[in-house]
Amino acid sequence: MKKLLAIILTLFIAVAGLAFTTRLLEPKYMSGVLEGAMIKEYYDDPTDHNVVFIGDCELYENVSPVYLWENFGINSYIRGSAQQLIWQSYYLAEETIKTEHPDIIVFNVLSMKYNEPQKEAYNRMTIDGMRWSSSKIGSIKASMTEEEHFIDYVFPLLRYHRRWSDLNSDDLTYFTHSDKVTFNGYYMRVDVKPAENIPEGKPLADYQFGDNAYAYLDKLTKLCKDNDVQLILVKAPTLYPYWYDQWEEQIVDYAAANDLPYINFLDLQDEMGIDWTKDTYDGGLHLNLAGAEKMSQYFGQVLSEEFNVPDRRGEAELDSYWKQVSERYNAEIERQNTNLKLYGTVHGPEENE
Amino acid sequence: MNELIEILSDLHPEVDFTTEKGLVTGGILDSFDIVSLISEINEEFDVTIGAAELTPENFDSAETIYALIKAKLDDED
Amino acid sequence: MLFTSYEFLGFLLVVFIMYYLLPGRAQWSFLLLASYTFYFMADPRYLIFIAITTVSTYLAAKNISEKKQSFDIWFKEHKKEMEKEERKAVKAKEHAAEKKIFLCCLLFNLGILAVTKYTNFTIANINSIIGAFGNQGTLSFVDLVIPMGISFYTFQSMGYLIDVYNGKFEAQKNPFKFALFVSFFPQLVQGPISRYADLSQTLFEEHRFDWKTVSFGLERIMWGFFKKLVIADRILVAVQAIIASPDTYNGFYAFAGAMFYALELYADFTGGIDITIGVAETMGIKVTENFRRPYFSKNIKEYWNRWHITMGTWFTDYIFYPISASQFMMKLSKKSRARLGNNLGKRVPVYLSSFIVWFTTGIWHGASWNFIVWGLGNFVVIMISQELEPFYRWFHSKVNVDGTFGWKLFQVIRTVLIMSSLRMFDCYRDVPLTFKMFGSIFTKSSLSQLNADAFIGMGLEAHDYAVVFIGMLVLVVVSLVQRSGSVRGKIAAQAAPVRFIAWYGLFMATLIFGAYGIGYSASQFIYNQF
Repeated sequence: MKKLLAIILTLFIAVAGLAFTTRLLEPKYMSGVLEGAMIKEYYDDPTDHNVVFIGDCELYENVSPVYLWENFGINSYIRGSAQQLIWQSYYLAEETIKTEHPDIIVFNVLSMKYNEPQKEAYNRMTIDGMRWSSSKIGSIKASMTEEEHFIDYVFPLLRYHRRWSDLNSDDLTYFTHSDKVTFNGYYMRVDVKPAENIPEGKPLADYQFGDNAYAYLDKLTKLCKDNDVQLILVKAPTLYPYWYDQWEEQIVDYAAANDLPYINFLDLQDEMGIDWTKDTYDGGLHLNLAGAEKMSQYFGQVLSEEFNVPDRRGEAELDSYWKQVSERYNAEIERQNTNLKLYGTVHGPEENE
Repeated sequence: MNELIEILSDLHPEVDFTTEKGLVTGGILDSFDIVSLISEINEEFDVTIGAAELTPENFDSAETIYALIKAKLDDED
Repeated sequence: MLFTSYEFLGFLLVVFIMYYLLPGRAQWSFLLLASYTFYFMADPRYLIFIAITTVSTYLAAKNISEKKQSFDIWFKEHKKEMEKEERKAVKAKEHAAEKKIFLCCLLFNLGILAVTKYTNFTIANINSIIGAFGNQGTLSFVDLVIPMGISFYTFQSMGYLIDVYNGKFEAQKNPFKFALFVSFFPQLVQGPISRYADLSQTLFEEHRFDWKTVSFGLERIMWGFFKKLVIADRILVAVQAIIASPDTYNGFYAFAGAMFYALELYADFTGGIDITIGVAETMGIKVTENFRRPYFSKNIKEYWNRWHITMGTWFTDYIFYPISASQFMMKLSKKSRARLGNNLGKRVPVYLSSFIVWFTTGIWHGASWNFIVWGLGNFVVIMISQELEPFYRWFHSKVNVDGTFGWKLFQVIRTVLIMSSLRMFDCYRDVPLTFKMFGSIFTKSSLSQLNADAFIGMGLEAHDYAVVFIGMLVLVVVSLVQRSGSVRGKIAAQAAPVRFIAWYGLFMATLIFGAYGIGYSASQFIYNQF
């Protein structure tokens, strides 16, 4: 009996030690690269969204759910992450439908250009934050580059053990909790860097989207149809990466063949009133807050009028939830503007490494 | 036997070969010593010791070496 | 499959569980299956080579062994009927028949080794000779498979063949048992070169699960991983940087490179062997030790008795002794004594045999002039120390330092420095460059050359050097403790919490400070290529 106890105690200490070390060494993404913390945030908030946006930075930097709520009463969330690949979007959609069943899923089609796993670091940022489920396993298997191993995802210590030499105060501060880095998935920037000399797209050898990318687009379409979720394809209005006409054709054809709505916001720049000297913070790659709110204004109208997304303002629980998001949102605008004035950048001095 | 002790003492003057029992296992004779030894034995006793016989068991003491030489000499008769 | 890959760990886990689930009499057959699977996963083509060596050696040894037995029976019966001369004649005839089989098998297998490993080296040399005569026509290189571990398993099989031929033991009758001896997977990649007489004692036995044996084995594996991942693979980055830019890193840095390489090679090679021996131990199988704290050696000869021991004894038993005890050498000895006098004359055969052994050792390590010169460098150093023996004797009779700590320390440092200098041949591109870099240590080193930033420029940060340094201290302490007996035994004698801290600490240190995973290229064990 005593021996059994000793064995159990030993095992407990051993496992606890491993868990502690893992948590300590995992990147916290609380300053600098915030994108790694985005996927995880989803699980903290109430679900029951009517619209869920799934995709890469062309969504999470260009659409503001706070704006959609305040102006249209649309309860939405962006499940976005940096260089989110289409199979990752598919598995996020699968997980989303399992947890909350939204009315509409919006998918940004830029990631169709990637047919194979790309960068390990981006994989980790998209996948690490997911809760364990068959969707996460599927996403890992579909995303792994040749240098990666499944076990590295099961035991993140195997991947992040080298961070022992980079540990800083963040690793202790955020050991048990994380701060929110987004506003229902929206990553905010208020600064301006005008778009000048946007290069024409270099000619490609092959404009055909890959088989693998198409396979996942098919799966995504089928998943939404089977679950009675309206899938909307969009292309964000940002100028770069370049969106080729040949790509546009393929998406238009695909949408028509599968009876899906497709909105190319590149063609709607004037309608939205995007001003490339004011509405981008990095020369046309991403919109800043002003740009994102313009796009949200247009898109919100489309969603309420054409897709009948209900105005849910007045529901007490949602009102109080969105109130606190709005407060954070406004405080962040304030903070970034102050930093901009004082330091010439939206980041405070403590963030500038 | 005395001739053998003499040969051995030439190699390692500091060792008492009449009593030492671990010449190879104790690291006193190394491979160079053993090769010198068999060529000396070849000179002195006119017996040829083959590579297969160069084992620690055969070379661990003056006695065992002498036994090996004797067996060889007898075998020739 | 590298030892430091997830695949290998997974493979090991499966093999381990199956091994103890199976009934005891099936264990060795399962190990054979596992070993061939291991080899198959590396490259299916390798199987042909190892199978050829296994079959040919098995048949030759069995044939020789059976001939010996039937001859002995026949000889006993008919001994009395024969005259002395007649007896000698039949013995000689029998011996010649055995020798024929023996030599065929030996040359055949060494031939395979030579062709796979040395064809391109030979072609390169022929080409440079042709080139020297101004001819343009050159031979083109051949694309040959070099089976993994071929040097190791060929030597192991040939050692067995020679032993059977010499009547040390009877040949193994079961071909599958023999196949397992040749292919036993933990030692297939980098040795040790086991002797049949040693390994067969535990390899084919039934082994029941025994916690002490298994835990000792696991500890040994963990220790191996610590050496390999924390020390060897980390310092490797600096070694490669130094070797890659000899123009930048000369003088003192060439010296630092040689020292780093000494550490890397030790941690890498002994770590790999620890894993091999540990894996075998978890299955109750005893593999011969290959190292005995070699860097504590007082001279080069002693060093070679303590470093890569199984290779050293292989060369001694199967090359040095047969050559130096051969008829030819005995005759040469007589002649040289007559000509050169007793003192000088008796050295001729020893030195000649030694020269051949070191040449062979060099070329066994790799098909290049670097390794040949490295081998011969060892020969020269050993000869010099042999010749200096009378001087040392005289010195010690005058100065009473022998046995003091200071003198021992001097000897140990001297040995490490000499061995590290010789190993520079192992590092640099070619022989002239090695000499140049060695020379630069004496001509270009200066204090002004020293610069901490240069060390950071080699791809390691200050904290990496700290890890390597602390790891090295752990190695030294463990080695010192080991002098008075098994470290694992000593830890096992401690109270449970102490044991836990020791092994959990080692485990976590390897996990956290190991240079593995993404960002580190999976480096091969250095000895894989040999």
